[in-house]
Amino acid sequence: MLSLVRSMWLIFLHMFHKRETFQYPEQKAPLPARWRGRIALTRDPDGGERCVGCYLCAAACPVDCISLQATEDESGRRYPEFFRINFSRCIFCGFCEEACPTYAIQLLPDYEMAEYNRQNLVYEKEDLLINSEGKYPGYNYYNIAGLAIKGKDKGEAQDEEPPVDVKSLIP
Amino acid sequence: MPIIHIDNKPYEVKEGKNLLEACLSLGLNLPYFCWHPALGSVGACRQCAVKVFKDEDDKKGRIVMSCMEPVKDNLRMSVDDSDAKSFREHVIGWLMTNHPHDCAVCDEGGSCHLQDMTVMTGHAYRDYRFTKRTYSNQYLGPFLNHEMNRCIQCYRCVRFYKDFAGGKDLDVFAAHNHVYFGRQQDGTLESEFSGNLAEICPTGVFTDKTLKEHYTRKWDMTSAPSVCQGCGLGCNIIAGERYGTVRQITNRFNGDVNGYFLCDRGRYGYEFVNSKDRIKAPMVRHSPAEGSNGIPLMQHIRSKIVSKKVIGIGSPRASLESNFVLKQLVGADNFYLGVSAADHSLVSLALKILQQGPVRAASLQEAAAADAVLILGEDVTNTAPMLALSVRQAVRRIPVEQAINNVHVPAWQDAAVREAVQDSKGPLYILNVLETKLDELAKGAYHTAPDNIARIGFGVSHLLSDKMPEVTGMSDQGKAIAQEIATTLKNAKNPLIIAGYGSGSEAVIKAAANVAWALHDLGIDAMLTFTVPECNSMGLEMLGGHRLDTAMDQVLHDAVDTAIILENDLYRRLNHHTANHFFKSIKDIILLDHLYNPTAEKATVLLPAGTFAESDGTLVNNESRAQRFFQVFTPGTDVQESWRWLLQAGVATGNASLAGLVHLDDVVSAIARTCKVFAGIDTLTPGAGFRIAGQKIPREPHRYSGRTAMQADVNVSEPKPPEDSDTALSFTMEGYRGTPPSAMIPFFWSPGWNSVQSVNKFQVETGGALRDGNPGKRLIAPNVNGHTPFFTQVPEPFLPLAGHLLLVPLHHIYGSEELSVHTPGIAERMPAPYIMLHSEDAKRFQVAEGYLLHFIENGHHYTLPVIINDTLQQGAAGIPVGLPNMEIAEAPQLIKI
Ligand code: SF4
Ligand code: SF4
Ligand code: SF4
Ligand code: SF4
Ligand code: FES
Repeated sequence: MLSLVRSMWLIFLHMFHKRETFQYPEQKAPLPARWRGRIALTRDPDGGERCVGCYLCAAACPVDCISLQATEDESGRRYPEFFRINFSRCIFCGFCEEACPTYAIQLLPDYEMAEYNRQNLVYEKEDLLINSEGKYPGYNYYNIAGLAIKGKDKGEAQDEEPPVDVKSLIP
Repeated sequence: MPIIHIDNKPYEVKEGKNLLEACLSLGLNLPYFCWHPALGSVGACRQCAVKVFKDEDDKKGRIVMSCMEPVKDNLRMSVDDSDAKSFREHVIGWLMTNHPHDCAVCDEGGSCHLQDMTVMTGHAYRDYRFTKRTYSNQYLGPFLNHEMNRCIQCYRCVRFYKDFAGGKDLDVFAAHNHVYFGRQQDGTLESEFSGNLAEICPTGVFTDKTLKEHYTRKWDMTSAPSVCQGCGLGCNIIAGERYGTVRQITNRFNGDVNGYFLCDRGRYGYEFVNSKDRIKAPMVRHSPAEGSNGIPLMQHIRSKIVSKKVIGIGSPRASLESNFVLKQLVGADNFYLGVSAADHSLVSLALKILQQGPVRAASLQEAAAADAVLILGEDVTNTAPMLALSVRQAVRRIPVEQAINNVHVPAWQDAAVREAVQDSKGPLYILNVLETKLDELAKGAYHTAPDNIARIGFGVSHLLSDKMPEVTGMSDQGKAIAQEIATTLKNAKNPLIIAGYGSGSEAVIKAAANVAWALHDLGIDAMLTFTVPECNSMGLEMLGGHRLDTAMDQVLHDAVDTAIILENDLYRRLNHHTANHFFKSIKDIILLDHLYNPTAEKATVLLPAGTFAESDGTLVNNESRAQRFFQVFTPGTDVQESWRWLLQAGVATGNASLAGLVHLDDVVSAIARTCKVFAGIDTLTPGAGFRIAGQKIPREPHRYSGRTAMQADVNVSEPKPPEDSDTALSFTMEGYRGTPPSAMIPFFWSPGWNSVQSVNKFQVETGGALRDGNPGKRLIAPNVNGHTPFFTQVPEPFLPLAGHLLLVPLHHIYGSEELSVHTPGIAERMPAPYIMLHSEDAKRFQVAEGYLLHFIENGHHYTLPVIINDTLQQGAAGIPVGLPNMEIAEAPQLIKI
């Protein structure tokens, strides 16, 4: 009996608490930066595509909803010729982001992706690529990788010595 | 067999091996880099450290390199010892100090031995914070990409390229921590076996450049066991596909055939499958079949076959199944072999010799173990490339044996053995119309016209056997050569005689048979290798059919309405005029082929035939080994196996002999039933009903990615995956994950072993046969009945004839094969058409290097630029055969200038 009264009293008190319910869509919940929502392909600080088409995200994806084809441009940079995510399959686990060695693929705090037509959930590279570095500003894979591209020759990446002179006799 | 104790467990191991081989053969995971089963040990990388103990009481032990330590009875060692483990981890750590941050953009990634070994040792974090050494890369030609930063200095590349394959233009430069593996300067790697570097190199320094054009990770490929279509040797390959195109060819280990290696024609010649010239849909009179008068395709075909006089022309580059079904469809009387007159004579002669003679055909691995080699009229590097690699090993056999006996080192002690062997070589004699790449290894290399080569061969057999007549009128030099060769061969235990289609001369093939047979009569275990031009030349010949020139006679007598041509460009088989004539005289041509070619232009009905990648089938190689190849992917177009098209035509026309045949197994067992020569080909691989643990064998690795996205742009609901009703392989990643039967291995992978090195896990012992035996079945056994059917007709010597030249065929690894030239890299390395003359002949016809020589043959005009080469015999002219635009189908032949 006593507990019943106590419960009713507690519920009565809730009338004076701050409301937890959001009046979506007028009102939106604040999301933490690491919220795993909409997936995007981000860009380098210099504006180039970050994705190098390494296929690791595709391999990591437990529902196999990423597919792409790598190719190379004139400057020697690798990039995806096409990059497709089938969001109707995606479970937003974030494994792709974890697998990505270039910080290209990122899950962003945005969940508003609903569609009436399932086919519209198939995103191509144009739909995924954003004009931002996302959560990891300043990172440029090619500054670290040993692969030479136009404008960054051998020996010019971070912590690299100039290329060995094979014909030198100096010990 | 000695017992060794590994981590206190006793194991029985094989005598004469090293500890690394012993551990790997036992299935233990022990990291290594520089050791390779085909190359032996040098102890360069220090990765394979283990601990060896003096005796049971020794608790301290000492660290040794397992690849340098022989197996000894009662030896005690530890793989898991913490010192050994930490040693191995540190070695990787040091190798990694200079490694670029590259895996994401490295084509080796996912099939990288360095990645595998790094994970295996547990080296997970880089704690070295200082600078990295870098290198500049080189341009190495159209086949290989170079990225020197990734090198770990294991020396495998140079050991393969220089020591094993005899290449000259790859080496190690500089010193100490600056060593550099590359060429003296940028340029195309010259060796015909350069592509193997992509598999030999445990890192991403050398990678397949054609793969890079459409890069796909190993885990993303749908792969199937296949057989190379590049020449008659039938090397085993794995072909990988993604998004409907073939991406890469890799080696499929077969301990009887190609072992660990492939030639560059075989590895890179696949791009015709992806060519834009592919025939993708059936055509009737050059317009899509659906559109033509609303008549279903099969009705068109029916109307061209039923109550018509039909002939069928088979093909040496089509599977046995396709040729067989065509033969049944048109009837044996109307079946012709679609090969040139010369090829027909040569291959049928070679077949007859193997069937009726007492000497066996050598497999590639047996050839590599020969202790004396005689090559008659063949430039094997260009006509049967992997055979050249075998010959390179054969010349080392005797010196290596001596080294092992004299210095008492095991064969796997590669550096020590090479040091002891130095430059000494076993006996190799080469008689050819021109110099060849193997001449550098030969005790004697002589250059003369095919008939003179044959005469020397006859001379050798006369010296070996009194059943052979003396060759009269031989020069003193010829006699001396014959004497020298005869003496050498007589002293050998396993001599190998090589001849074949290369010289275009039957006399040369007969001479080779005579020599081998004479040796056999002396009680010597001789072997014969006959090269054949195409991947199924031997199978087609064994199936049997009329000569193509008799088809011509038939047609000219106006007795033929329709010709069904199977995977064949008749302009490569007949000379231009005859072919034109042929097509003019026949009403309807039904062609089944892969690519648009001059014959396709003449076809009334054109059916898109699957290439090796879209088909199942069987090929018979030059030693009569029948081997199955499996479909890699479903093309998603109308393309299907030729045999399936022909079976459908059989249904449409109500052909009784084909009734009830639907699947591969049906056709294969029909062949085995009806043709005695092919008995047993139905047991080459398990049939379509085969299951392991109730499951099929998946063509895709379990990491295959993207299957819910690859077709989502077309339709978000994934279609049902294609089913394979013909074989026990599935087109998906679902299925049995363990070791499949050896003839059905779609890719090599084992837990922790993503790279090609995982083949160790599929062998009974490292470098040994595959688990349940090497795949393939030799169909011809030597006929040992005490009677040797010698050829006693000695050919006349070749003498230059005034106003004439004898055209002799010259073959090119890049260019002479019809389909591989569709690979841009191969086309790039193909020579331009030419005619090769001796300088005296050039004077005789008043031409010089670079001049155009004009001649008329069979009413056709030829104009070819002249190349001078004085190794050619006077009166003979070399002509490159098979090059696109060469148009000469027949060589050798005498032409008037
Ligand atoms: S893991 Fe990153 S770099 Fe690699 S393909 Fe995916 S998005 Fe591109
Ligand atoms: S060689 Fe192997 S470890 Fe090195 S970058 Fe390439 S994939 Fe990575
Ligand atoms: S290039 Fe490759 S094979 Fe050659 S030494 Fe370096 S890692 Fe070894
Ligand atoms: S030797 Fe012949 S069968 Fe072998 S890989 Fe080369 S072309 Fe193919
Ligand atoms: S594999 Fe033993 S030292 Fe390299």
